[in-house]
Amino acid sequence: MLAFIAQRLAKAVVVLLAIVVLNFMLIRMAPGDPAMVMAGEAGASDKIFVTQLREKFGLDQPLPVQLYRYVKGIVTLDLGFSFRQQMPVARLIAERLPATLLLTVTAFVISLLLGVLFGTLAARFAGTWADTAITILALIFYATPLFWVALMAILLFSVAMDWLPSFGYETVGANYTGLAHVLDVGAHLILPATTMGLFFMATYARMTRASMLEVKRHDFVKTARAKGLRDAVIQRRHVLRNALLPVVTLAGLQAGTLVGGAVLTETVFAWPGIGRLMYEALLQRDYNLLLGVFVVCSAMVLAFNLITDLIYRAVDPRIEFAS
Amino acid sequence: MLKRVLLSLLVASALSTAAFAQEPKSGGVVNAVIQPEPPGLMVGLVQNGPTQMVAGNIYEGLLRYSPKLEPLPGLAESWSVSEDGKIYTFKLRKGVTWHDGKPFTSADVAFSIDFLKQTHPRARGNLAQLDKVETPDDSTVVFTLKQPFGPFLGIFEVGSLPMIPKHIYEGTDYKTNPANNTPIGTGPFMFKEWQKGSFIRLVKNPSYYIKGKPYLDEIYWHVIPDAAARAVAFETGKIDILPGGSVENFDVPRLSKLKNVCVTGAGWEFFSPHSWLWLNNRQGPTANKKFRQALMYAIDRNFAKDVIWNGLAKVATGPSASTIKYYTDKVTTYDYDPAKAKALLKEAGYNGEKVRLLPLPYGETWQRWAEAVKQNLQDVGINAEMIATDVPGWNQKVSDWDYDIAFTYLYQYGDPALGVGRNYVSSQIAKGSPFNNVEGYSNPEIDQLFADGATAFPDSKREEIYLKAQKILTDDVPVAWQLELQFPTITRCNVKNLVTTAIGVNDGFRDAWLDK
Repeated sequence: MLAFIAQRLAKAVVVLLAIVVLNFMLIRMAPGDPAMVMAGEAGASDKIFVTQLREKFGLDQPLPVQLYRYVKGIVTLDLGFSFRQQMPVARLIAERLPATLLLTVTAFVISLLLGVLFGTLAARFAGTWADTAITILALIFYATPLFWVALMAILLFSVAMDWLPSFGYETVGANYTGLAHVLDVGAHLILPATTMGLFFMATYARMTRASMLEVKRHDFVKTARAKGLRDAVIQRRHVLRNALLPVVTLAGLQAGTLVGGAVLTETVFAWPGIGRLMYEALLQRDYNLLLGVFVVCSAMVLAFNLITDLIYRAVDPRIEFAS
Repeated sequence: MLKRVLLSLLVASALSTAAFAQEPKSGGVVNAVIQPEPPGLMVGLVQNGPTQMVAGNIYEGLLRYSPKLEPLPGLAESWSVSEDGKIYTFKLRKGVTWHDGKPFTSADVAFSIDFLKQTHPRARGNLAQLDKVETPDDSTVVFTLKQPFGPFLGIFEVGSLPMIPKHIYEGTDYKTNPANNTPIGTGPFMFKEWQKGSFIRLVKNPSYYIKGKPYLDEIYWHVIPDAAARAVAFETGKIDILPGGSVENFDVPRLSKLKNVCVTGAGWEFFSPHSWLWLNNRQGPTANKKFRQALMYAIDRNFAKDVIWNGLAKVATGPSASTIKYYTDKVTTYDYDPAKAKALLKEAGYNGEKVRLLPLPYGETWQRWAEAVKQNLQDVGINAEMIATDVPGWNQKVSDWDYDIAFTYLYQYGDPALGVGRNYVSSQIAKGSPFNNVEGYSNPEIDQLFADGATAFPDSKREEIYLKAQKILTDDVPVAWQLELQFPTITRCNVKNLVTTAIGVNDGFRDAWLDK
């Protein structure tokens, strides 16, 4: 198993470098550059101003030189400097990453737990009103755009009922500590994490349901039933366990989006995370910052893929490590 | 609905006048929205809108301006002009200190001029006529000009000419000075904390040179990227102040109807945002004067004003906004008249060529406006095609002159020499910059008029010149003027005395107070 992990890590490094080069080229193909953006925002500019900015950003160098410098930095784990934000990229990302991880991991846990639970229930009571209700709800959440759900949730829970805060990570200026702080962040977390989790929850529910109904028809379930096992045990040990494999695949994919996939939610809820940082860096053509976020996200995706493969094995010991 | 908005604007302005009568109360925290998040707060290095809005609390200029654009004392308490209009002597206020306790003196003023000439494109232009700066003593500054420059007293506002602390920047590389992240000014509020992506926190300057001011203890500027979420944050009471442009225009009528909400269109007199369509004068159908005039007749600007901007605008008549100096409406005007537009198009020999229309990628309101204009153009037979871009793409296309018609708006800075001429004189034709004579209009007569207008002395001569320039330009239609925009400031009514000068919220919250 260790050899498997080592081999995968080595491959990951190569993939990561390829991603860096590819991203670097792709970003540069977009029109405009950071100097132009800043000149535009200033509402006035002249040649000297734009030239000064380009020099500052290192954009006066030929593209291959810029790429070489960037890759050299990455290899030494230096993500570069964001001239726009006047801060090292690594620090900017480190400041914003925890908020995103808190948001997406919560959303991930909510969607996985509830999704599998609802899927199991729907399969268990297939054909009844409960199954229909769950299936319809799942379909709705699956088909509704995230930003719309988010805005509706804000209208209902923040504006109409005034139960939950509509924006931010914590109550600014309140200076809560200890438990009060945890509760405060928690209250701010509920709406974004739930809206973000709904889509995947719906997917997990539908997939678990379909997969369980499929497994149920297999002979080994009939055998278990013939042995006289209790229904709950059959559902849990024989059906669910076998039905979970496709769900794990999907969860692995979702885990890959844990870092970068929160752009919309973070924007609507003014959550100070990395998704927004990436989006703003894109709009401002803050090349170093944008690439930095891409690198971190890519590294995370690679890591999660590896972890998913390890989990397959834990769920189904028949799967062997090979690469 | 429109009437109600206008009414609430009137009521709001009446209320703000009444507020002067009340005794200000000290204390309190206000929450305002800042959008988008500024790249930095060192206003000598970064000049974008959000930076100026927050930094106006930290930094100060030598002068402030009344809504009628008359100079008011700022860091300078008095000033005098020599008879020939070339020497300006400023007396500085005494007892002013920087936030770190060091005294503010005339040496800082001289240093700031040098600093800004290197870093601030607009200041560089404004200071072109400056010959030398002398500092005979700590509280006197003498500016000598090469020749009279009419708008000189109009360039000292905090965003155009902020005072920079010499003791912090002298001899350093300005752009990489670590002090840029902890800005030090003389203003009523001091920088305290910035959690990127969340908020910027300013606190009261306890040793501010006006006794008793500022009244507020703290200001939080919240970064909320989504326009609908900003409206909600205000609606739920988490935000007290929505500066102009914080919410989409179609939300303004709804928000202004809420209880205890005040709206004012004041505070934009200095900037006078003026919107127009940049017409490419070099090539394509827009190079033809008749075609450009046809455009003016084809576009229903009253519709744009009433429907898209909810009445929060005024139809523009020409190159100058009605709020700035030497404005005249005695020029060629263009009412909505599709039949006339069609006739002119025929005269121009327009044969249905494709015309690329570039909307301004600044949100919903601008998008809808572009759609309305496209419809207007198609109605008279112009084959308009919309080009979608994001902000950097827009900047690049406009700077590279790669467009036929492009939406924009520019600030006028109170005087035709500061904010109008730059868009029409041929010396300002330069590729690679999005805010100069992008349309490529070139007319020696206009060049001469704007050159003379800046330096003519006294003001009556300037007036004559600018009236003439406005007449020529409205006939030539180098760009298609649209609306004088209003960006209403929306507040809770217990925030008093927030907008008092011609630059509104940008002038800092030194006079604002909370009625609890």
